[in-house]
Amino acid sequence: MFRLLISFIIFLATGVYAADELAAKRANLLKEVAFYIAQTAAETGRPVLDAKVATAMARVPRHRFVPADQIHNAYLNRPLPIGYGQTISQPLIVALMTDLLQLKPGDSVLEIGTGSGYQAAVLAELAKSVYSIEIIEPLAMQAAITLKSLGYNVTTKLGDGYYGWPEHGTFDAIMVTAVASHIPPPLIQQLRPGGRMVIPVGAQFMTQYLMFIEKRQDGSIITRQVLPVNFVPLTGRH
Amino acid sequence: MGNSMMRAATSIIEKPPLLAVSLISAAALGYEILLTRMLSIIQWHHFAYMIISVALLGYGAAGAFVMVAENWLLARYRLAFSTAAMLFGISAVCCFLAVQQAGFNPLEILWDPAQPLRLAYIYLLMVVPFFFAALCICLTFSRFPGQEHPVYAADILGAGTGCLGILLALFILMPMAALKLLGLLALAASAIVWRPLPGIGLAFVAGITLLLLPGELRLSEYKDLSSALRIQSARVIDQQSSPLGLLTVVDSPSIPFRHAPGLSLNVSTEIPKQLGVFVDGDGLSPITHFDGRRESLSYLDFLTSALPYHLLQEPTVLVLGASTGSDLLQAYYHRVPRLDAAELNAQMAKLVQERYGDYSGRPYSLPGFKLHIGEARGFVAKSSESWDLIQVALLDAFGASSAGLYSLSENYLYTVEGLREYLRHLKPGGMLALTRWVTLPPRDILKLFATAVAALEQSGASDPGTRLALIRGWKTATLMVKNGSFTADELARLREFCRARSFDIDYLPGDLSAEKARYNLLDQPYFREGALALVGSGWEDFLTRYKFNVAPATDDRPYFFHFFKWQSLPEFIRLKQQGGLPLMEWGYPVLVATLLQATLASVLLILLPLWLAKRKLECGTLKCGQVASYFALLGCSFMFLEIAFIQKFILFLSHPLYAVGVVLCAFLLFAGLGSRYSQRWGNSGQLPFGVVVAIAGIAITYLASLPSLFPLLMGLADWFKIVIALILIAPLAFFMGMPFPLGLAQVRHHTPRLVPWAWGVNACTSVVSAIFATLLAIHLGFNAVVLVGISLYGLALRAFPKTIS
Repeated sequence: MFRLLISFIIFLATGVYAADELAAKRANLLKEVAFYIAQTAAETGRPVLDAKVATAMARVPRHRFVPADQIHNAYLNRPLPIGYGQTISQPLIVALMTDLLQLKPGDSVLEIGTGSGYQAAVLAELAKSVYSIEIIEPLAMQAAITLKSLGYNVTTKLGDGYYGWPEHGTFDAIMVTAVASHIPPPLIQQLRPGGRMVIPVGAQFMTQYLMFIEKRQDGSIITRQVLPVNFVPLTGRH
Repeated sequence: MGNSMMRAATSIIEKPPLLAVSLISAAALGYEILLTRMLSIIQWHHFAYMIISVALLGYGAAGAFVMVAENWLLARYRLAFSTAAMLFGISAVCCFLAVQQAGFNPLEILWDPAQPLRLAYIYLLMVVPFFFAALCICLTFSRFPGQEHPVYAADILGAGTGCLGILLALFILMPMAALKLLGLLALAASAIVWRPLPGIGLAFVAGITLLLLPGELRLSEYKDLSSALRIQSARVIDQQSSPLGLLTVVDSPSIPFRHAPGLSLNVSTEIPKQLGVFVDGDGLSPITHFDGRRESLSYLDFLTSALPYHLLQEPTVLVLGASTGSDLLQAYYHRVPRLDAAELNAQMAKLVQERYGDYSGRPYSLPGFKLHIGEARGFVAKSSESWDLIQVALLDAFGASSAGLYSLSENYLYTVEGLREYLRHLKPGGMLALTRWVTLPPRDILKLFATAVAALEQSGASDPGTRLALIRGWKTATLMVKNGSFTADELARLREFCRARSFDIDYLPGDLSAEKARYNLLDQPYFREGALALVGSGWEDFLTRYKFNVAPATDDRPYFFHFFKWQSLPEFIRLKQQGGLPLMEWGYPVLVATLLQATLASVLLILLPLWLAKRKLECGTLKCGQVASYFALLGCSFMFLEIAFIQKFILFLSHPLYAVGVVLCAFLLFAGLGSRYSQRWGNSGQLPFGVVVAIAGIAITYLASLPSLFPLLMGLADWFKIVIALILIAPLAFFMGMPFPLGLAQVRHHTPRLVPWAWGVNACTSVVSAIFATLLAIHLGFNAVVLVGISLYGLALRAFPKTIS
């Protein structure tokens, strides 16, 4: 049953871009990603990759967001260097983080750390409006150009993500792809009740776990540490 | 180079160029230590292990080369020496610059197949300077038979001077300038040997060129400092060098630093502006702007480390690893009346107190606060005072820590013996607070918990479970260890502290069923399960079943950050595509990879040339197998004892670099004296039984007595401790210096052509055993390394090359 579902998702996702010469690679990648997400259902609480997320990822040409010397690796399930000490996340992590946000078509999303712009593009496939802030100037400029050339409706700016983007009100979801020692309080404030925030924690190339933050309707906050991998630290119990 | 010039050069020789030999040895040993520092700065610490084997490999390869091309080289001794010296000087600088350009990224090593090749490339690059340095020494030994004693003395003296000299130089010079200075020393040696004008001129031109080469250290783009400097308007405002680390102060006015590790999500106050201080380009420590207003520090009450201030009333406090003073400000905010702060790096304290004193508000001289420059363990051991609270600060960088980059670094702060020492200095009812980053699945926190349980048990507490509490935020966790059982009132205050900050309780004495995680949820209660197992009767079973090594670290196996278990490796590899690699502390696999690389390289660079020249290998009246095994055994046993004792002295001398410098220097010096003394016996045709007995006796005596002797001497002044270290190492090294020349004399007497081969075999095994000793220590401890070393000396006794009768 599950395999049928995955095949169906992949069919949906890839059918749109059948003409794309890299679509086959992308489809294979997505197949792999969906398979691993199903494997980690117990850890992540997401039994299958949302069909909408799969479709979004199938639409976004990842190879357009990586440096020229990494294009041949663009559809491998691995993080890639994009210069300036930054990476484009492993597709599995991108899928999982996007999935955890549970975006709806009318949502407004804030991203802290545009990086290559790939994650913003995936978000833009799923939400109404995406705002993205990058601290490193050359990355911000490059990402803005790439996103624009691909026709994505992402509003970008260069600057400090600490204070969020209050001019655009509050957000249904916030994705922080680069976090310092703590979660900026202004970002918590700009999250709408019922809103979700996801933060990958770990060194570059080494996402250790995902922080999932939920603002309840009463304004209280809970966090959940999500291991993106099917791993139980204890061997069989006695 | 014309023949006439060469003849002119060689005709001048009468005596060995002792000054030049000393200079080369000094520069080579200085280079070895400096490389350790510089690679820690541009990459990470675990490359230190590579350097020892790289240096030995260079020496071994030079021995092999001399054997293969002996006649040709000796006919042109002066030219060969000065050319090799010059190439050493130039390559010392240029190869390091090339290493910086190699684009090696250890973080990507398991993703990118090109990275191991890059690692091999930089490994080979670093061998080059050592090869040329060793060529000078090896050629001199071969060129002046019968004058080994003065040459050996010059060699050893230079090496010892180089070890200590570079440590001193690093206080005055930036690492790159120190590197150029070493290059110039080698060029000076070249000029001394090739005295006619062209040689001096060439050395002069090479020297000027070296000075003009770019002098910038290029940090890995993934280090914290590199990231900080990419921010618009961020700039380096200060840089200070010492053997303890390169301190870089960064100001980022447009996008300020806001360092508050694991700050509660409930906080809404602003963090004051901060300057960032990076040690070796990593691990941001903030100098927080403090204008005397206590309320500006209120955010510090929203860290997990603030818990003890809610359980103790106006406690007297000891902060271990006070660094830039955040823990001091936190104590000040909580109205601590008296505080002692131990900080190892005087330059760090000076930055905070003096250079940026107006900015920082001089936290070390707040009312009742006192700064002590010294290593944490040493400070506690020698102190006769006791405190209500001992805070162990969160010192390592999260990124490097979570990526397992510290997994090979010895850490004596978090060992069972360390924790016992802290507990001994707590007043009745006093508390020890240890804060660590949260890693998932839990590693360091559970290891710390297990270490605390062991320390409590060994301190005589029959009920460790009643003295422990563990709380966790989203990014940090704080473990409390009490000198006594927690009271109901304290537990109530602990609960309130956590509730107000959305922290969770993972362990506290008594019934935990009401303490379900509310704020920072996990798919399984890993921390709680682990903590409960560790205080229960099934702790041994838990340690075996857990897929990471969370058994307590001890002074004998001080690898707190080593969590790797071989049996988990297949699972990590299988989970690679799922993003499972961060689960693995890969410093350890890199060490194994380095061992394989070193073995391969030493076979290729040392044994292969010797095998190719096998026609020359006529064993004569000696058994080739015995010659090989004798020198192989010596290579292993010497390195095992040397590396184990470097580690034993780290705790005593308070810092790895001091230990390496002093212990290496002492070993070289006294082994040299031992070697010289053994020449009196001439070629006796055997390794005296008494020598091996002396080595074994002294080493075993030290194993038994140093653990109780060191704490007694810990409080002495640094210079006095160095003298004691030298005195302690002297007899051991003296005897260890004898087997090698005795064997060499036997080989020289019977089959002189085998001398470079014996040297090569010895170098080859030294390369491999330098790394192997660390692997052995991780698994069995340094005592075991010493015992294995002693056993190998015993085997060498039997393997001494005998003549075929």
